[in-house]
This record gives sequence, C-alpha cells and structure tokens, in this order.
Amino acid sequence: MDISELIENFEFLDGWEDKYRYIIDLGEKLPPLAPEFHTEEWKVRGCQSQVWLVPHRQEDRLWFEGDSDAAIVKGLIAIVLMIYNDKSPAEIKSIAVDDIFAKLGLQEHLSPSRRNGLISMTEKIKNYAEVL
Amino acid sequence: MYDVEQIRKDFPVLAQTINGKPNTFLDSAASAQKPRRVIERMVEIYSREYSNVHRGSYLLSEEITSEYEKARGKVRRFLNAARDSEIVFTRNATESINLVAAAWGRKFLTKIDEVLISEAEHHANLVPWQVLRDEIGFELKIFKINDDGSFNPDEFHKMLNGNTKLLAVTGMSNVLGTVFPLAEMIAEAHKVGAKVLVDACQYVVHQPTDVQKLDCDFLAFSGHKTYGPTGIGVLYGKQQLLEAMPPYQFGGDMVNVVTYQSTTFDEPPARFEAGTPAIVQAIGLGEALDYMMTLGMENIRAHECAMTDYMHARLAEVDTLREVGTAAGKGGVFAFDMKGIHPQDLAFILDKEGIAVRVGHHCAAPLVRRMGYENLTRASLGLYTNREDIDRFTAALNKAKSFF
Repeated sequence: MDISELIENFEFLDGWEDKYRYIIDLGEKLPPLAPEFHTEEWKVRGCQSQVWLVPHRQEDRLWFEGDSDAAIVKGLIAIVLMIYNDKSPAEIKSIAVDDIFAKLGLQEHLSPSRRNGLISMTEKIKNYAEVL
Repeated sequence: MYDVEQIRKDFPVLAQTINGKPNTFLDSAASAQKPRRVIERMVEIYSREYSNVHRGSYLLSEEITSEYEKARGKVRRFLNAARDSEIVFTRNATESINLVAAAWGRKFLTKIDEVLISEAEHHANLVPWQVLRDEIGFELKIFKINDDGSFNPDEFHKMLNGNTKLLAVTGMSNVLGTVFPLAEMIAEAHKVGAKVLVDACQYVVHQPTDVQKLDCDFLAFSGHKTYGPTGIGVLYGKQQLLEAMPPYQFGGDMVNVVTYQSTTFDEPPARFEAGTPAIVQAIGLGEALDYMMTLGMENIRAHECAMTDYMHARLAEVDTLREVGTAAGKGGVFAFDMKGIHPQDLAFILDKEGIAVRVGHHCAAPLVRRMGYENLTRASLGLYTNREDIDRFTAALNKAKSFF
C-alpha cells in the first residue's frame, strides 16, 4: 500500500476510534526490527515512548526500518515509513509531510506531545537524507 | 455535610468538555485545579490592589504588604505552626527542599554524617541530597520499603543510627500513595539526634497537618497542589533552625545594613525571601488554604477515603490491571499497569475519553524501577473527585482493552 491509498482508506473511517484501530493494525503488520537495533544508537529523541529508526541506502534510494514499544506509535511509524521509504534524498526533502498528516486527519487526533514525536521522527529521516 | 456536587461548581475547569466529553480530571497529584475564589482573588489584586510589598510608603503598598503577610498567617494556621516567622515562601516544594540542602545542609552536614531518605522519594527529595553528598562527602542512605509499597519499620531502624544527621522523607508517596507514619519516624529520628525534613506535597492536601504535633523540623509543600496558584511554595522550619541558617539567595528585601563592603542579613523569614516575592501567588495560596480549611480538612479526608475505597472496588473489576502500591491506608493515588498495554497507548485512549491521567516515571524513576516497571499510569483523586469520575475512568479502561 502507498500513502495515497492510505489516505483513501482513511476517508472511509469514521471518528478517532476506527482510525486508531486501523493505525494499531498497521503497526502490528510492520516488519519486525532485529533486536540488535533496539539500542540507544538508533533511538529517536523527543518521543514519549521508545522509538527506534534504522536507515538503509540502496544506490540512490533510502529506506527505513522502525519500531516502538507503544502500539499507536508503532502504527504512526508504519505511516511515516510508507511516506518516506524507497525515495531519493531529494524526494525526501521535498515531501510536504504536514499536508499528508493533515489529509489523514492526524493533526486533529494527536495530542501536541505526540505530534512532537512525529515531527522528531520526520526530522530524523530528513537528517539521514542529508548525511547518507 | 460534604456536598461534592456543590463543591465541583466552585471549579470552573471541571465544567469544561475535553474532546467532547466531560472533564474527568484524575491528575490532581500532579497539579490540582483552582476554585473560583482563588482565581477571582488574584484578578482582584491585579485589577485594584497591586503594588510591591515591604517597600512602598503609600497606601497600596502598605495594604498589599498586609495581605501578603496575612497569607503567611493562613499558611501558619493550615500547618498549625507556632509562629508566622516559621513560614518561608518559596517557588515550590522543590525550591523549599533545595533551600534546606543549600542553607542548612552546607552549614551543618559534614563528611562523617549520614542523610537518610526512603526508596519512595520524588526526585525533588533525592537529587538535591545526591548533589550535596558529592560536594560534602556524607553518606546518603536509603531505607527499603515493602514490595506492596508499605513502610517497613525494621528496614527504617536498620538504617537509622547515631550518624544520621537528617531524615528527609515524603509524607505520602506520589506514586504508591503510601502514607508514612511520620510522628513515630520523627520521634525515632530525634532520639538519635537527627533533624527531620518532610516532603509534604501529597500529604498536606489530603488530611489535617499539625507540624507541632508531628514535631518535624522542616516541612515543604507546593501551592499548586493545594488548589492554589503555581509559582508559590512553602518551607516550614522551626524558628531556631531558620535563625541558625545562612541566606540561600542574596539581594533585595533580605538585608539589614548594606555598605559597599559588607552586608548584614534580615531575620527569618525575610532572610530567605530575596527579591520581589510571588506576591499575588502567595495571597492566592492563602485563599486556597482558606477554601480547604472552610471545607474542613477532616471532611476532605473522609470524602477522599470514600472515593479511594470506591476506586479500589472499581479497579478490582478490571481483570488485566495491576495496582502498584497497595499499602493499607494509602491515599488517593493509584499507579497501575495494564497487561499488554503501553501506558502511552492507554493515556491516548483515556485522553480521547476526556480523562486526564499521568504516564511515565512520575519524577520517581528509581522507585518505579524498584517496583519492576519503566512506566506506569497514575490516576489521582482530589477533593472534587466524584463517583461519576471513577465510573467514567473504569469504563474507559475497559474500552482501551478492546483496542490492544
């Protein structure tokens, strides 16, 4: 599934409950992150729960693996990876992620601290796009 | 007659809706809501009575100085201290404890001494002693509690000895709700010649406090947890101890004679209130304490005990929930773990249901770890908590279970 399909699917969901059941579901389907990456080195700061994000590069494209100990956050990671995976650094920098979150209705359904967590994740990805 | 429905009307915030749901505020242990008379009194001061204290030679300044000092008198009554001069206004309990560490601790503690604290301390009553230990070289000892969070007299006595110079202990744990037997502990500590500081942040809100009966040497609490404003806290200290302590900070309003070369310092409490104090907040705190004393601390205690019993009964119905801290006679603070649900996830669902709880280590990370967790969810009660709050809370817990 790509992000435009996700936005379409989200439009059929009524209210926060269905959206969050769906997000939790996405998190459950996220491919597992190998235990050796669950370390301080791969942690994203600025999240209230533990979040790990591991970048990989194949030729000119980047892709990421991620995990969290909290179910909703893990679902949000799945969405973030759907947005950014298999993109070039230039594409990553040009993505208007706020618009995507707005289309998904995540802005209105997330508390400020959770929004900050999402921002920390996307900033980290953009940072990797700069240096990798 | 304690009419909680009538009392709730005194708190404008409780009438707000949160995410379209009734405001179920179960985070009073972090910071309590404010009754209308506190809010209105503060607005009134800013609107009609405001000026600086202890300085002006004009009517407004004289009157507000009198109000500020009256607030000190209200704190004295609230704690049943012997004198107004034993009440020092600070920013919060954290500053009160830091004041004792910096002023009393630096002067009277030496490297052969021991400071004794419990396993159940908030960071505010742990970190200042660690830092001072590193500076002075005394030993910081920690007495163990039982696995259910209750006080263990054997562990306490094992750690208390002739070298103990200070016992710094919480009156009621902000995580476990355990109420420590302060009077007995203070008497035992005095027998070995130790002074006693009580972190009473959670303690003073839930029951009558009598510092003379307790015979504690210092006691700290925060205004914002006693239904008063933020930015104001209290340090109670016995007169002769405060008199023996050097100032904590230096500047205006705390000096006697100042020349370019030297300065003599004022008597307590002014000695410890350098600079312009939080005038309006102090008066707001006085108003909040008046509010509590008018309701009656015994009545508040009785109501909260009934709500605590009800909460216990309702939580017992949630089968995957484990309460952390189950000491007999515990206060209205409920830390818990729900099997298979991360506290962050739980808090999210609760928030959507209009329920405020706290999640994390509750500024007592070593204690949460000692109880076997990294994160806990905590619901806490206030004088306005009613059965509907608790019913909505337990219904939301069951709803959350269906998500994960």
